[in-house]
Amino acid sequence: MVTREQVRHVARLAKLSLAPEEVERLAGQLGEILDYIALLDEVESDTGEELTHVAVPERPLRADEPGACLPRPEILALAPRADDETMHVPPVLDGGGA
Amino acid sequence: MRPVGELAGALARGEIGSLELVEDSLARIRELDPKLHVFLHVDEAGAREAADRSDARRARGETLGPLDGIPYALKDNIVARGLPSTCASRILEGFVSPYDATLVTRLRDAGAVLVGKVNLDEFAMGSSNEHSAFGLTRNPHETSHVPGGSSGGSCAAVASGMVPLAFGSETGGSVRLPASFCGVVGLKPSYGRVSRYGLVAFGSSLDQIGPVARTVQGVADALSIVAGLDPRDATTATAPVPRYETGDDSLLGKRVGVIRELLGEGVDPEVGECVRRAANECEKLGARLVDVSLPHAKYGVAVYYVVSSAEASSNLARFDGARYGYRAPGVRDLEELYTESRSQGFGDEVKRRIMIGTFALSSGYYDAYYGRAMHARALIRDDFARAFEAADVLLSPVSPTPSFRIGDRMEDPLAMYLTDAMTIPANLAGVPALSLPAGATSSGLPIGVQLQAPYLREDVLLEVAGSLEGALGWGPLPALVAEGAA
Repeated sequence: MVTREQVRHVARLAKLSLAPEEVERLAGQLGEILDYIALLDEVESDTGEELTHVAVPERPLRADEPGACLPRPEILALAPRADDETMHVPPVLDGGGA
Repeated sequence: MRPVGELAGALARGEIGSLELVEDSLARIRELDPKLHVFLHVDEAGAREAADRSDARRARGETLGPLDGIPYALKDNIVARGLPSTCASRILEGFVSPYDATLVTRLRDAGAVLVGKVNLDEFAMGSSNEHSAFGLTRNPHETSHVPGGSSGGSCAAVASGMVPLAFGSETGGSVRLPASFCGVVGLKPSYGRVSRYGLVAFGSSLDQIGPVARTVQGVADALSIVAGLDPRDATTATAPVPRYETGDDSLLGKRVGVIRELLGEGVDPEVGECVRRAANECEKLGARLVDVSLPHAKYGVAVYYVVSSAEASSNLARFDGARYGYRAPGVRDLEELYTESRSQGFGDEVKRRIMIGTFALSSGYYDAYYGRAMHARALIRDDFARAFEAADVLLSPVSPTPSFRIGDRMEDPLAMYLTDAMTIPANLAGVPALSLPAGATSSGLPIGVQLQAPYLREDVLLEVAGSLEGALGWGPLPALVAEGAA
């Protein structure tokens, strides 16, 4: 069971804004999915081991040598707004307009 | 289009040229793409140039190996310099990559010819290819059915003869499932076997790139070239890469483990029949069948949807409208820029996964969801370790059912998620696994069987798959291809 308030709270954390009908739909769907995931409640682990990652190799760090990186103009060209040196975003604090 | 190995032979003998292959490929795409919607971007000029270079090399008596001059397609979540990479998402519409994935670099160095980028479920999240922001892909065998997902474009491209080779990616079965639904061979290598530099991240503890081809030899040749250590991907395995070979039609001395839990309730009878037939063929080839158990596999889907969604919610935080991709118009401040760009740019399934992941990682729920999922994941890995003490490879269905009708599972996210119940355990344990065409339903839909091997034992996996392939026969050609096939 997931409430509409929980959906709105999680959406804020995830930086998503949801229309009222999306909140409604997701409350139902997330509830159903989380009910299914509750299957994990019956899992018993003797070791208590938590496996975050399989088979990551032990590897010495590479030498800290500078190498070529992507050219700045190409990266700036990808930005929705930019000048020759920087990407532009609206003000961090409200009231600036974009 | 003929299998990779045959084409390589014909190229080597000078019977055909790479440019001819590329023209065949482009013609097939023009003919069939309006019916199937496989390609998101075709790079005609780039493909012809690369083919010309390959033909010029051969004319000088040089070659870069078994893939020199072979056309291939790339799932649109793997980047290639100068080409669009949308991940089938509005949020990356118009994005052109400034760099090559390591996979693409290696394929170029081997002379392979990139023809274009193919469709997928948005950000590889889905099992049917219906979650593409640019429209679904259809199954070449029956266009009212899904090709499977999320690498549905890659598998449909190979099955319909548009290209002999394609690459997809897996997080929970996204190469094997569509390979099974489309009647082609799809390989998920071990976690860390193939560099992911240039693959757009979804679930970082699970993601892996895999090849798709008509035959086991095709995927073996491709893996031999793209596998290996990459300084740009710290999760790549350090183990040396052998030259992967297919089997010699004998399985003498091999132990084939039939997974008990994956042949019971809920398995479509025709799928079960294909697995039993494959098991019989293994025995005829000299293998010994053993009964094995993966008692915790039943938790796989639940673990997967916690772990992959948690990782996705972090990975997809980078799509924020600030640096590249879609930016929502008319926003007042940075917070609104993030929120509006993401809300307008992401599709429903992607939002659903981000929401599940954010919920599972949020304060007060972390232990109940993520912590428990990691416990269960350790148990699933241990199941595989025990199974591989008794068997060299494991045999099972790829999916409980053949391809389903377009629309059938779109309103029920959980039913869609359960489509992946039999492929997910290999991703959670990091072991290599493959889908091999094994037959078809009475209505002509392909059915694949799954083989799995211990971590980094792709050599064993491909050897067994190659032997079994000969006994089972190739996957059927789609009717619409057979009609127009030369």
